[in-house]
Amino acid sequence: MLNYIWLFFILSAIIFGALNGRIEEVTEAAFESASTAVTLAIGLIGLMAFWLGIMKIAEDAKLITLISKLVKPIAVKLFPDIPSDHPAIGSMVMNITANMLGLGNAATPLGIRAMEDLNKLNKHKGIATNSMCTFLAINTSSVQLIPIMAIGILRQAGYTNPTQLIGATIFASVVSTIAAIIAVKLLEKLPLFSVSNYTEEKANV
Amino acid sequence: MFREVLNTISLLAIPFIITIVLIYASFMKVKVYESFVEGAKDGFNVAVRIIPYLVAILVAIGMFRASGAIELLATWLSPVLSIIGMPVDALPLAIVKPLSGNGSFAIMSHIVESNPKDSYIGWLAATMTGSTETTFYVLAVYFGAVGIYKTRHAVPAGLIADVTGILASLFICQILFL
Repeated sequence: MLNYIWLFFILSAIIFGALNGRIEEVTEAAFESASTAVTLAIGLIGLMAFWLGIMKIAEDAKLITLISKLVKPIAVKLFPDIPSDHPAIGSMVMNITANMLGLGNAATPLGIRAMEDLNKLNKHKGIATNSMCTFLAINTSSVQLIPIMAIGILRQAGYTNPTQLIGATIFASVVSTIAAIIAVKLLEKLPLFSVSNYTEEKANV
Repeated sequence: MFREVLNTISLLAIPFIITIVLIYASFMKVKVYESFVEGAKDGFNVAVRIIPYLVAILVAIGMFRASGAIELLATWLSPVLSIIGMPVDALPLAIVKPLSGNGSFAIMSHIVESNPKDSYIGWLAATMTGSTETTFYVLAVYFGAVGIYKTRHAVPAGLIADVTGILASLFICQILFL
């Protein structure tokens, strides 16, 4: 998909540029943008090093485990199909916490373990369960508490108080997470998405 | 009021997190200095790792803008986009967002770079980038890991969350930054 979008941008730029008599500007923009990309990335190194250092301390102190314990009661309510002492709850909460802290390296293995735990409860292998869909909907909509890379970009551009982004991002992601939970809980009730739909389909094939 | 609350959160979030992490870590007897240095080593890698994505996207968007195509797109789409207060420059971001995290980060960088500082569109782009995860990437990785090929309602739910995230970003940025 991204292949097509990228292709579209570049080809239409050259065609439009030629039609508008701006082909020189288009070429210059390509060179200019390529250099800007590197300047931007290099400018992020210091900030990223600082923040990843802090987050490494959080990881080594097992802060994820602590936060997970606090959020577990909410998780139990969101996944009614899963027994509250099942390991899946623990690994899901740990994954979401790691994501929020921006611990990408720790988050993905935890998420995959959560999916494996969920799959043990799956009666129809190959077909997503309600809990899996709920977990992924929350996962795709909730994000980093501190969008450090974006703050770095705003800082480099000279924005006043770039940390103002934190409040805006928290608001937008809380709203999108609520929407995700409502959507996933309503959609799972639709006959269109019911599991029997897919098992019959499989039988017909 | 609402504005003040959010601004206070923004102001205090980083010092608060640093304090909590350091106090809890020393309570857990973590060697904080050594852990910090260990983690900071990754800063260089992370920044360098995004360079190819930044080059690919910045070049494509930069060329597209220079060709004048974006103005044409703006004239066609502005009646629709103006209803929700979305600048046309933010449109590529909304499209790429669910597909690629690095790609949308690159587009956001371009928007921030190519507009005057403190502009509404820059704040909006940064908020949109942060408000949701890369839906299709997450679905591919996690469903792929356990061999799920019938994803049922996961995609529509993820996309509803993405659209809501964009609308919520528009709403909050108009309040805070316009």
